[in-house]
Amino acid sequence: MSVRDYMEYDVVIVGGGPSGLASAIRLKQLANGAGRELSVCLLEKSSEIGAHILSGAVFEPKALTELIPDWKEKGAPLNTPAVDDHFLYLTETESIKLPTPPQMRNHGNYIISLGNLCRWLAEQAEALGVEIYPGFAAAEVLYDETGAVKGVATGNVGTGKHGEKEGEPGMELWAKQTIFAEGCRGSLTKTLFERFELRKDSDPQTYGIGIKELWEVPAEQHSAGRITHTVGWPVDTATYGGSFMYHLENNQVVVGFVVGLDYQNPWLSPFEEFQRFKTHPAIKKTLEGGRRISYGARALSEGGIQSLPKLTFLGGVLIGDTAGFLNVPKIKGSHAAIKSGSLAAEAVFELLMSDGDGREAVSYPIRFKQSWLYDELWRVRNIRPSFRWGLWPAMIYGALDTFLFRGRAPWTLRHKHADHETLEDASMCAKIVYPKPDGKLSFDRLSSVFLSNTNHSEDQPAHLRLKDKGVPIEVNLARYGAPETRYCPAGVYEIVGEVEAPRLQINAQNCVHCKTCDIKDPTQNINWVTPEGGGGPNYPNM
Amino acid sequence: MKILVPVKRVVDANVKIRVKSDGSGVETANLKLSMNPFDEIAVEEAVRLKEAGIASEVVAVSIGDTGCQETLRAAMAVGADAAIHVEADTATQPLAVAKLLQAIVAKEQPQLVICGKQAIDDDANQVGQMLAALLDWPQATFASRVQIAGGEATVTREIDGGLETLAMPLPAVISTDLRLNEPRYASLPNIMKAKKKPLATVSPAELDVDIAPRLKVVSVDEPSVRQAGKLVSDVAELVGMLRNEAKVI
Repeated sequence: MSVRDYMEYDVVIVGGGPSGLASAIRLKQLANGAGRELSVCLLEKSSEIGAHILSGAVFEPKALTELIPDWKEKGAPLNTPAVDDHFLYLTETESIKLPTPPQMRNHGNYIISLGNLCRWLAEQAEALGVEIYPGFAAAEVLYDETGAVKGVATGNVGTGKHGEKEGEPGMELWAKQTIFAEGCRGSLTKTLFERFELRKDSDPQTYGIGIKELWEVPAEQHSAGRITHTVGWPVDTATYGGSFMYHLENNQVVVGFVVGLDYQNPWLSPFEEFQRFKTHPAIKKTLEGGRRISYGARALSEGGIQSLPKLTFLGGVLIGDTAGFLNVPKIKGSHAAIKSGSLAAEAVFELLMSDGDGREAVSYPIRFKQSWLYDELWRVRNIRPSFRWGLWPAMIYGALDTFLFRGRAPWTLRHKHADHETLEDASMCAKIVYPKPDGKLSFDRLSSVFLSNTNHSEDQPAHLRLKDKGVPIEVNLARYGAPETRYCPAGVYEIVGEVEAPRLQINAQNCVHCKTCDIKDPTQNINWVTPEGGGGPNYPNM
Repeated sequence: MKILVPVKRVVDANVKIRVKSDGSGVETANLKLSMNPFDEIAVEEAVRLKEAGIASEVVAVSIGDTGCQETLRAAMAVGADAAIHVEADTATQPLAVAKLLQAIVAKEQPQLVICGKQAIDDDANQVGQMLAALLDWPQATFASRVQIAGGEATVTREIDGGLETLAMPLPAVISTDLRLNEPRYASLPNIMKAKKKPLATVSPAELDVDIAPRLKVVSVDEPSVRQAGKLVSDVAELVGMLRNEAKVI
């Protein structure tokens, strides 16, 4: 194997989402303010910044204002102020208005494309001197002789379908501190959890899968700034799930559905729940006659503060949703991503400027604990876990926890199980029959993935690795009815072949990098690793 | 020998385009933009000629908004030595592009221009030919093989039913077809090095070229949706449908 090139930086950031970009900006602000040299390099696996970003999104500007007070003058794409909030409970044909919980009130917030906000943040970062390299995936964590993280390496490219060719070697990026900002279920973060036992004092992380579409609707059905959330139909009250619909500018509407990945019925298909959700009379009236212009999906961390891992280790830190800073009751994580990125940057800068030989940014968790973000996450910590009692008890509990205890209940509800442990045997569960897509409001997976502009170079091995090749048939199909064919929103997994000799086919080129399979696979047999940089979806405006 | 390679920034080949709702053009806001794939082949060919010791310098040129600088950096990351950005905020039409390139050729004095045969956005396939005419240079279009020796270019072209081989004296214009070569990956170290290569900017006014559009877009429409196929049970039904529904017999 040929020797890899290497470059040395003060800080390397893995991931160009809101947390990674915010930490890059904060680092450069601090260095420039102190008149110190600080080299910062940011790697992003998507073909360009923003291309893998998918979020609702109603954005709370607080953390951005702290980071870049004059964001308005600098042209940040926060164009649609939130106007009115609606919270509905759906039955199959009816919709009932519910009072909007205080966490879900959005006065002062903006409906945005988080992808476009990241594109703008990247411009700000580059103007401050951050080197940004999209199209390169950090595929490996590098350690020095003391066991501390000393950087990351990009993967080899052009190695052939079965890894038969040497290809172009990757490159090593060495850093005094490496900031991991991979987003929910980061593939390198996963290895750090094990190596440094970062999760040993925290609850298991729990997740949701969010599926989103961008629509252009007739002008008379559009009302810029309108926000609608629903609970109830089409999912049953035992399943944590709900929808969002936000009216952006230019007659554009985003519509999406989130399903908690702690669901139990293996016959459930988040994709098809979302598709049939759009045919509800209350939703259809907005979308009818419009056209769908984009599609995508992404997992999100729902565990909250009790599931946060240890945030620092020798040589690096975790920020944003790869750590799990999302505020579920608020349905927002971008502000927390920016805040955690900023706090980590301050701690890392302090460490690098100190004379000692410390390798761990120990002030980061202290700064977090003293911040509004900690307070915010701590107050809502009991809401999401209460949903294991079902929708209505959770709504009642949520109201008590919020209004009576004001988030200061003298207990903390724990997350007891990881999401991959919750599936029941297929034979014990009721099959769910989903309606066929009508091609106008509801669609199939392939025409949906088509709109995500997903592409992977063919000259590489599948990036969805099976630890044991027998498990998909012997366990997943036999016991759970092949749930991966349903929870994957991109049609990556298919059972093919004859009835007597079925086999699992993995269409890795369809993968939209949502990470759901890595989370939900019941025996954790599927391992999601980064494909060649530049692969995956190319989301515009998501 | 110096080679000039014009590169165009277009909507990435992997991105599905859609027509703007007012029918005035194609939506490009926030879409991924990349180098036109035929231009990537042109850059690769120029770089290979340099690596073979035939060319001494490869200069890439792009016309458009500041985003073009990213495309030029991409050209330098795979081996172009320098780049020129002609700043133009409005879309430039083929004749204006050819005239701008003519002015760049006058300044840079290359012996060879290698360009993509067409851009995948407007599929015009005009700039190479117009440029050759304006310069009064020989041209070989749709090249699938290029050899340079003794002040002469020998170019194989893919034509209907076979291959045609032409020879022409330099200076000349060559436009590239799909099978000329397979462009290389830009490696991260080379992308880093490309940040330090020279990139000059120039305006159409400085080149004394009028880029005002001469063609008017009347309308842009999406192709009509294809009807779903139907399964017929027998020949009689097929004939009936061809006669009564499709009305072709």
